[in-house]
Amino acid sequence: MSSASYNFAYLSEQTKRMIRRALLKAIAIPGYQVPFASREMPMPYGWGTGGVQVTAAILVPEDVLKVIDQGADDTTNAVSLRSFFVKTAGIATTEATAEATVIQTRHRIPEAPLTENQILVFQVPIPEPLRFLEPRETETRKMHALEEYGVMHVKLYEDIAKLGQVATTYAYPAKVAGRYVFDPSPIPKFDNPKLDHNPALQLFGAGREKRVYAIPPYTSVQSLDFEDHPFEIQKWDHTCALCGSDDSFLDEIITDDKGGHMFVCSDTDHCRATQEQK
Amino acid sequence: MPQAVSIQNLHKEFILHNQGGTRIPVFSELETEIGVGESVAIVGQSGQGKSSLLKLIFGTYQATSGSINVLHQGAIFNVVAAAPHEILSLRRSTIGYVTQFLRCIPRVAAEDVVAEPLRDRGMALDEARNEARELLSRVNIPERLWHLPPMTFSGGEQQRVNIARGFAAHFPLLLLDEPTASLDAENRARVMTLIEDARARGSTIIGVFHHADERHRVCDREIDIGQQAK
Amino acid sequence: MKKLLSVQQLSKFFGEQLACDDIGFDLYEGEVLAIVGESGSGKTTLLRCLAGLLPPNHGRILYHGKDGRQVDIVLASEAARRNLLRTEWGFVHQDARDGLRMGVSAGANIGERLMAIGDRHYGHIRSSAEQWLGRVDIPISRIDDSPWTYSGGMRQRLQISRNLVTAPRLMFMDEPTGGLDVSVQARLLDLMRGLVRDLGLAVILVTHDLAVARLLSSRMMVMQNGRVVEQGLTDQILEDPQQPYSQLLVSSVLPV
Repeated sequence: MSSASYNFAYLSEQTKRMIRRALLKAIAIPGYQVPFASREMPMPYGWGTGGVQVTAAILVPEDVLKVIDQGADDTTNAVSLRSFFVKTAGIATTEATAEATVIQTRHRIPEAPLTENQILVFQVPIPEPLRFLEPRETETRKMHALEEYGVMHVKLYEDIAKLGQVATTYAYPAKVAGRYVFDPSPIPKFDNPKLDHNPALQLFGAGREKRVYAIPPYTSVQSLDFEDHPFEIQKWDHTCALCGSDDSFLDEIITDDKGGHMFVCSDTDHCRATQEQK
Repeated sequence: MPQAVSIQNLHKEFILHNQGGTRIPVFSELETEIGVGESVAIVGQSGQGKSSLLKLIFGTYQATSGSINVLHQGAIFNVVAAAPHEILSLRRSTIGYVTQFLRCIPRVAAEDVVAEPLRDRGMALDEARNEARELLSRVNIPERLWHLPPMTFSGGEQQRVNIARGFAAHFPLLLLDEPTASLDAENRARVMTLIEDARARGSTIIGVFHHADERHRVCDREIDIGQQAK
Repeated sequence: MKKLLSVQQLSKFFGEQLACDDIGFDLYEGEVLAIVGESGSGKTTLLRCLAGLLPPNHGRILYHGKDGRQVDIVLASEAARRNLLRTEWGFVHQDARDGLRMGVSAGANIGERLMAIGDRHYGHIRSSAEQWLGRVDIPISRIDDSPWTYSGGMRQRLQISRNLVTAPRLMFMDEPTGGLDVSVQARLLDLMRGLVRDLGLAVILVTHDLAVARLLSSRMMVMQNGRVVEQGLTDQILEDPQQPYSQLLVSSVLPV
């Protein structure tokens, strides 16, 4: 049931057009950050405005929307954004990954493999992977344009020199379609392999920084590494305490104030589905 | 047969612009030729330009007018008109120059000072050093001084290092400016031997020698600047 | 000897202000050219134009690349110029902080060029860095230290090694010993002499210090008010300067 005072999905049709134009450009240049005129949204910067604007621009009334935050459908932010879209677009929602047509996510990619009929929308805080070493926007734009990415490997080298291994565990930079180096948003590096040759369209929105970028379906995404220090994903010594899964991303939950803890799937839908299968 | 050095109408004067344009003439209309393999002594009164002539041939002094043609790798080069890279090439492989005083580059060991002309020609460090040490022995510089910078040496020792450096590599044309000044008789004799060896290898020698007996020993003839020029 | 650089009628103005005018010369492999002059002579502006960092108003700069091709620096794309500065060329700044990444370790500084041209083997990059640290007399134990912990002289040597790792043929140096203590300067100059000879480097070196020019360069260009007053072999200009300003400059140097 949509409120009569909002346009479908909150944004005006012209705004949605502007964002879609930017998204088309982003899809045409995989991994390239396209500037867009980010709007005032009814949630502050830092709370997913970029992802919300991308989702709003692409939603149609037939869509089924899933919203997750750190893999869970039931956290405050996920619930809040989901009800925002229910209120402004009236679309159906779901917690089951397989049933969704559009999935908006903060900091995780769902465990369940996606299909060609799905679009994954990422919330991005800082879209610029070079920002940590080069504060000037004028300079980072040049570096992307001229494919000057030596400095990215400098960061990895530093980690190995100081810590014996690459320390980056989330927002791990990767090269898209062999050309642009991008920041996949603060997803754990565990999820990086899922970016590669994914059948779904992957869209990234940064509201405060006013950038969108995209990975078209079946595009190569290679995480940066060294030949003698290849990219590795995280591993646990535990399985999920609830469903027994040994190949999903686990969160450590503190259960009491005596140091008791357990490891549980971060993807709540995956955990539920695995439990049901047993 | 091309001459080793052929000088035409050479004119040199210094103009001191900051001293009201004072002119100091050195010589003018100097004409002379030196054949390949000849050994020639430049003689003349003090101030007539003996050292200056050597410096002009080497390119350290800029001629006011005239030409200095030098045979270099089969071709004739006019030093007066040559481009810097050509003169540098001449100095690397054709013209060697033993100056009157060793210009001391600080902190470089004597054996490396002597080895430098060989290194410039691409010789490996160890081989160049070995040849340098041999030469240092020939000019009677003791082994304990080889790895020390010559800045702390006596005048005579510095001069002998200078000479060793001048004779380290074979040069078809050797310019010697009072090479035995500040040397005792024994060391003078050693230097004379080095010069004779160079002659035997076919080098053309143009030298300024203070002592007549040295001139007679190593030179075929004399060129009197006072007569060859104005 | 192969020609590396051919400069013709190079001029640079800042509005009405002349910085350098009608500069022309050729540079050959292995030559060290010192551009000397006092403050305001235009020598640093000239250097930056030659290195492709500043667009001249007039003139040509032709670089003869390693692959035999001729590159017109003035017309080349920014990508081409930036690439040259990371591979066949080097640029040593007067202040090492301008030529280093101060926020990463010495090893990363040296390795960056290798990583930029596609080296993806950590072990190889690190051993190259160690090799080059040794070459410039920096203890290998300092490889993981930040340049902030280095002395001025060490930073300068690090900057030099960072440039040398891709075996450049031409180095631009802007007062590389400026601001350093005399003993530190001396050590640096010795290092540079050795490297120039051992690596067959061609160097264009800006300095106001004739002693530096004497020690390092085979050729010299004297500049005053944006113009070349005299150019030739270093020993010739220092022992037999022809022009009034050159004579003044040479005679002004205090003998030690």
